[in-house]
Amino acid sequence: MNEGTTEHPENAAAFVANDARLKWHDQSLWFVREKRDRASSVIPEWESLRALGADIKAHTLSRLADYLEEFEKKATALGAHVHFARDAEEHNRIVHGLLRERNVTRVVKSKSMLTEQCGLNHHLEAHGIEVIDTDLGERIVQLRHEPPSHIVMPAIHLKKEEIGDLFHDTMGSASGISDPKVLTEVARGQLRGNLLAAQAGITGVNFAIAETGGFVVCTNEGNADLGTAIPPLHIASMGIEKVIPRAKDLGVFLRLLARSATGQPVTAYSSHFHGPRPGGELHIVIVDHGRSEILGREHYRRTLQCIRCGACMNTCPVYRRSGGHSYGVTVPGPLGAVLAPHIDPKKHRSLPFASTLCGSCSDVCPVQIDLHQQLLLWRGDLGRAELIPLRKRAASQLAGWVLARTWAYEFLGRIARWILPKLPKALLRANDWGRQRELPPAPKESFREMYRRRRGQ
Amino acid sequence: MANSRNDILRALRAAHVPPKPLPDLPTSGVQYPDVHAQFAKSLSDVGGRCIFAGDGDIEIALSKLPEYASAIRVLSLVPGAKKANVNMAAIIDPTELADVDVCVLPGQLGVAENGAVWVVEDGFPFRAGWYLAQHMVLVLRADTIVHNMHEAYERISVGARGFSTFISGPSKTADIEQSLVIGAQGPRSCTALVV
Ligand code: SF4
Repeated sequence: MNEGTTEHPENAAAFVANDARLKWHDQSLWFVREKRDRASSVIPEWESLRALGADIKAHTLSRLADYLEEFEKKATALGAHVHFARDAEEHNRIVHGLLRERNVTRVVKSKSMLTEQCGLNHHLEAHGIEVIDTDLGERIVQLRHEPPSHIVMPAIHLKKEEIGDLFHDTMGSASGISDPKVLTEVARGQLRGNLLAAQAGITGVNFAIAETGGFVVCTNEGNADLGTAIPPLHIASMGIEKVIPRAKDLGVFLRLLARSATGQPVTAYSSHFHGPRPGGELHIVIVDHGRSEILGREHYRRTLQCIRCGACMNTCPVYRRSGGHSYGVTVPGPLGAVLAPHIDPKKHRSLPFASTLCGSCSDVCPVQIDLHQQLLLWRGDLGRAELIPLRKRAASQLAGWVLARTWAYEFLGRIARWILPKLPKALLRANDWGRQRELPPAPKESFREMYRRRRGQ
Repeated sequence: MANSRNDILRALRAAHVPPKPLPDLPTSGVQYPDVHAQFAKSLSDVGGRCIFAGDGDIEIALSKLPEYASAIRVLSLVPGAKKANVNMAAIIDPTELADVDVCVLPGQLGVAENGAVWVVEDGFPFRAGWYLAQHMVLVLRADTIVHNMHEAYERISVGARGFSTFISGPSKTADIEQSLVIGAQGPRSCTALVV
């Protein structure tokens, strides 16, 4: 990794070097993509549903401050406490403060990319608080001391044998177990123990409803519910963009979310929380962390419509073949590649280039975010800000010069057809794209030459 | 803290996003020729089970379920489950629900497109019961089953109770190599009993 930057091709090198794993990862994600296709095709109104989802979100973004105020008012009236945090640091401070005041030392958490982005676990652990991620995939990566590699399927990069070894080391299960059923049963026993002993539960928020002051959390394991039904304190962390205007809008989003995420018709549990549970306390932390800045950038603001389904990752040919960790950010894939440069354009300058611009991400996005256009926009912006490595910049400037001149293009084409078959392979290997590839045989004549010849016949 | 709130709201207003209209919602979506058959199919597709208690006798329908037949501790908030032996009123801590074998609870409404049952916290102070019991039976009336989620939201009153949820099948995970495993942390089975 370069000093201060996350270079996607370099980070991906180790993943790409293991051919068998690469193919397996690619196929696992494609399997989910196909499930998504099946689950969406059984809904005749699917495309109009996507448009509706996009329109509701676009409207909400145009009045975000109003809706947040309405949500705050209604949630407070229901007995919840609402906090606002400008950034990750403030979020962590608020959460830790709430736990410290109540002498909490054992916390269970259900999957939340926001708290992951804020580095909440490390912050709390540094203050002596034990945090157990309860989503099975999250728990697995937590035990491995690594970040999730996907926002919906955090452990999608791991083989069952590796998880068997991990459980043997950390949970004392017998060695050599790799049956997912048996492994899940081992984790079930452990996690239920953790849940029963927890003093507080932290969850994310999928949708916050301005109209009612409640919010919805979607899980398949029921872990958000277990984690908040047992301990007396519930802290819910949400990004400012999670709010939707009306309860009925959930009909649109719940239909879109699970089908796009995992190909299920709906998640097993879609829980609606309105106020604290009897005898308990509910705190909601609303986090900005750079989002208001994105809202101010006209061409990029649509990314705030995202409902975090992960469909863009499952379909992305680059993500599937390079793995989530190669992006070096909490949210990988096409979505992460358009979000990360807002935070630090220099550091994440390589991410918008981790795309073929095939447009598949935009095609599957349930809220019609133009992801591939955003990736292209970033390339231009990064180039203008001179943040692209010199080699890449020089190459594209040269290409631009050549493509604008027919004679140069024709001349260079002729040279290339003559010289390419004679070049040593090492030269191809020197390029990030060339490393995994072979060149096709060079054609004898160009299309233009062929066309001229045939016309002349 | 108050400053962060105002700073964030000010920044959002300063972004000057041009107004966009709030679209009207469909009150209807995909329709099925037999809404009950579709509900049963959707539920079995997600690992659940739907049974129709033709004569309306809940105990007869329940006793056909192997997990009910072998259950030792049964909690029920639905009249007619004769095996019920856990006294809700005597429970002081939700963790006591961890060794309940079968929980029989009322469902308010069913959704054919995804097999989800809408349940609300009502007369049931420990919402943990939906999740801690080993097996879950939700009892709902046949005439409450609707085609899709839009119709469902037309009928339910969101926010009328502190907690309410759509439950679609048992607790499950596919986090280990995408293999679907039923019974992740919550109930190992979910049966909708339609009367
Ligand atoms: S950008 Fe679209 S496809 Fe990607 S996670 Fe967000 S909503 Fe899903």
